[in-house]
Amino acid sequence: MLETIGTALVNLLSGWHLLYMMIGVLVGLVVGILPGLGGIAGMSILLPFVYGLDEVSALGMLIGMIAVVPTGDTFTSVLMGIPGATGSQATILDGFPMARRGEAARALSAAFFSSMIGGVIGALVLTAFVIVARPVILLFSSAELFMLTILGLSMVGVLSGTSIYKGLLACAIGLLLGSVGTAPATAEWRMTLGFDYLVDAIPITVVGLGIFAIPEIIDLLRHNSAIAKTAALGRGWVEGIKDTFRHIGLVLRCSGIGCIIGAMPGLGGSVVDWVAYGHVVQMAKDKSQFGKGDVRGVLASESANNSVQGGALVPTLLFGIPGSGSTAIFLAGMTLLGMQPGITMLESHLDLTYTIIWSLAVANILGAGLCVLASRHVAYLTTLPYVYIAPFMILIIFFAGYQATRHWGDILALLALGVLGIYMRRFGWPRPPLLIGFVLAKGAETYLYQAIQFHNWSWLLRPGVIIIGAVTAISVWAGMRFGSVGINEGGETGVVRKRWPQLIFAIFLAIMLAYAVDNALQQSFLAKIFPLGVSVPALVGMLGVIAIIASGRHHAVVFDTEAGVNDGRQSMEYYLLWLVGLMVVSALVGFVIAVALFFLLFLRVNARAPLGRNAMLTASAVLFLAAMSYVFVLDFPPGYLQEAVEMPWPLR
Amino acid sequence: MRNAFKAVTASLAGAAIALGLVANAGAADFSGKTIEWIIPYPVAGGSDVWARFFAPVLSENLPGKPTVVVKNVPGGGSIVGTNRFQKRAKPDGLMILGTSGSTQFPYLLQDRRVKYDYNDWIPVLATPTGGVVYINPTTGVKGPEDLGKLKGKKMKYGSQGPTSLDLVPILAFQILGLDVEPVFGMKGRGAARLAFERGEALIDYQTTSAYLRNVVPLVKAGKATPLFSWGVLNEKGEFVRDPTFPDLPHFVEFYEKVHGKKPSGIEFEAFKSFCVAGFAVQKLIFLLKDTPQDVIDAYVKALQKGVNDPEFRKKAKQQLGDYEQATGKAAAAFLKVALDVTPEARAWVRKWLTEKYNVKF
Repeated sequence: MLETIGTALVNLLSGWHLLYMMIGVLVGLVVGILPGLGGIAGMSILLPFVYGLDEVSALGMLIGMIAVVPTGDTFTSVLMGIPGATGSQATILDGFPMARRGEAARALSAAFFSSMIGGVIGALVLTAFVIVARPVILLFSSAELFMLTILGLSMVGVLSGTSIYKGLLACAIGLLLGSVGTAPATAEWRMTLGFDYLVDAIPITVVGLGIFAIPEIIDLLRHNSAIAKTAALGRGWVEGIKDTFRHIGLVLRCSGIGCIIGAMPGLGGSVVDWVAYGHVVQMAKDKSQFGKGDVRGVLASESANNSVQGGALVPTLLFGIPGSGSTAIFLAGMTLLGMQPGITMLESHLDLTYTIIWSLAVANILGAGLCVLASRHVAYLTTLPYVYIAPFMILIIFFAGYQATRHWGDILALLALGVLGIYMRRFGWPRPPLLIGFVLAKGAETYLYQAIQFHNWSWLLRPGVIIIGAVTAISVWAGMRFGSVGINEGGETGVVRKRWPQLIFAIFLAIMLAYAVDNALQQSFLAKIFPLGVSVPALVGMLGVIAIIASGRHHAVVFDTEAGVNDGRQSMEYYLLWLVGLMVVSALVGFVIAVALFFLLFLRVNARAPLGRNAMLTASAVLFLAAMSYVFVLDFPPGYLQEAVEMPWPLR
Repeated sequence: MRNAFKAVTASLAGAAIALGLVANAGAADFSGKTIEWIIPYPVAGGSDVWARFFAPVLSENLPGKPTVVVKNVPGGGSIVGTNRFQKRAKPDGLMILGTSGSTQFPYLLQDRRVKYDYNDWIPVLATPTGGVVYINPTTGVKGPEDLGKLKGKKMKYGSQGPTSLDLVPILAFQILGLDVEPVFGMKGRGAARLAFERGEALIDYQTTSAYLRNVVPLVKAGKATPLFSWGVLNEKGEFVRDPTFPDLPHFVEFYEKVHGKKPSGIEFEAFKSFCVAGFAVQKLIFLLKDTPQDVIDAYVKALQKGVNDPEFRKKAKQQLGDYEQATGKAAAAFLKVALDVTPEARAWVRKWLTEKYNVKF
């Protein structure tokens, strides 16, 4: 076996193979950096090349692409506060505050080095595990998977900020948002508000962008400065490497967490960053800096989201069942190559199996290296006045949101969730619990239902269930011992005199919850039990919050970032209107024309940009869209104009 | 500051050019027009792989060697993308559609979201597939003669949902008189197979390619016993043995051995329609019906040439199973059988789904 491992490496590094892997790595970095695009878009570029390539080159190229998506997405998360891909949402929590402090280079290099270590560890685990993993994976039935979702949900406790009460309610809202659409047990439609779009559930990209990115963009615009508050970027990138090795134990632990979660088929990689982040917060003695720019937060989620790929390849290779979104794509690629992943893979193609593993390790190193080289330059983006960056970011989130399902509903959902996110931020409702609830909702419901169907209530006595339950209890206990982390957006809490704005928001949330209760009551038993179990206690809790706010009492749930003196900033609603404007104009004349108009006007009004610069930036935006549409064969949201008249490319 | 802007613009332009080069390299072999092939399923799904398997065949054999681009428009279990094709396509052969069983089913069941009509299209290719039902050997069942051992035994079956392709096996179990309780919410057939391997589900089925890849090793290891295949249709529209599994009885044969008579009645009629629409004529390529005849002929000719290429046949046998790809008239004939559901059978299935599995139409 050792000989096979060695031959596979030599083979990979010789001839043209490395070049093809490099192409894969470059494509992976580009699609990783662009929010909304990920392995799927990368795959659509690489597929035409897969035909006619030898197996080693093709596998290297595909793995190279998949491996570095979670490396490249760090740029967007750290520098712009926008999740570059679903696995890097937690990176924002500390990475972005670091960038704002002027430590972008340090955050990036810490992220890249921990990504690299995570990726290589993922490959190492795969090397050993691939031989013995089959029986281990078969131990994880629906019951154990349900317990793992509970473990994930328990992270809410330490990510709730000033009020655990609000954290739990936010998590409940996330769970309910996650159960919108077709019920897993009965295929009934839940909470669709009569929209066909919602039958398929809200895409996670749209939720991430709406809840995190839109509020961040608007907040930055209101501050009307550069992202980095200091202009000196320093030589932070060396510091970032030092950080990685200073906390090497943490990096290794989180890599392990990533591998394990990745190896569970059906759990998906999109929750791994939160679990790792929750882990580091739970275990840390000094939590004062989390959410304000603690490098440990970056290290945790970045090491985990790269190692998850190694773990996810285990069920892919052994059972032909993808462990994550990108391995599903890889599986299709293998099928096209005429390879048949599954039980026979190890017997008939051990050499290729090790080619895959080596590709994973080498690609992670290549990708991290390229990113480190680039990070010093890219970090300068944070010193530009944000008003020039913002239109590009708005363009990208609209574009990325629409790629989720290429339905106009994506855009509407994006803005609706953006509004929700803006006011959650303003009134101190923690957003990470909502996202965790959203990501885990389907899994929690489905696996609980399946566990009961397959095992009745005896599933509670399965050894795996008891072990994971104990781990959950310990981690909750550890978290409670050191208190919850205050991810505070810097507002006034406790005594807020003008309380009606947050009262209205809380009443609005209560109405949402009441709708969920009402909707659940109309479903059959199996479809109602989960949403009802979440929405009834949440509604009761929400009424409690309303009572506290209305009572005028001094309490931690009372919070408003806008309660202080008005320093002449534009209101949130002003910038929100710009977004709505872009949407409305897109609906009329299509996205590309609307973007051009939006750029011209936005830069004119908000940046007072000179005409030449304005025209140059607008032109580059349109050029960017044209290139995207050409290379990735993408559509943009069409308007009435496109329905009425046949428009030439790229305006259609 | 000014320099920073230049740098940003330059790098954007650079990225655009670099990406353009990559794309051009892929398209350099073709000239002329681009054909958009709408696949109403997500990237990397079975239908996507099938389309990407056939895309080069079209591209190489259509006159002028056009570029064929697979465009995935998933949603609503394929309803969204298919509706879009119905609304947007023009009769010029530049936009084509690939469908699968999950596109046929909501049409047959008259789902209210369906805004497409198979009568407006013309099929140029039909790709059949099959499926095999297998059982856990601990039940003691080795063939039809042992089915008595299952009397009074409740078995679980991992399923994606009652209106998915799983409708066919669930109906088959009912016709055979087995007490099988589906556990819904499986993320694909692979997840259901895993539940079978864990011993949670005692009975399962997989489509041909997945069966060959992942279940045959289990059969060899004594961990699964195959019971029957769905069978394929002959020219007379009767079920015969699946050529990929010549040693395995097909469903009708199996039923006869158990019950001593041919299956009949409205249940079986419904089963037959959905089995054909779901498996025997699973995946189809469509053009709009108003497309000029010469364009349609060009497609049929290109596909005929492509599927008869020995190299292609070898690859297809490995990937799609040992089935004859039907082109042109043959495809149309098969499709006719698939869509030929009597109103009574349709009403029966809808009622059955509503009463037994709470499906709302």
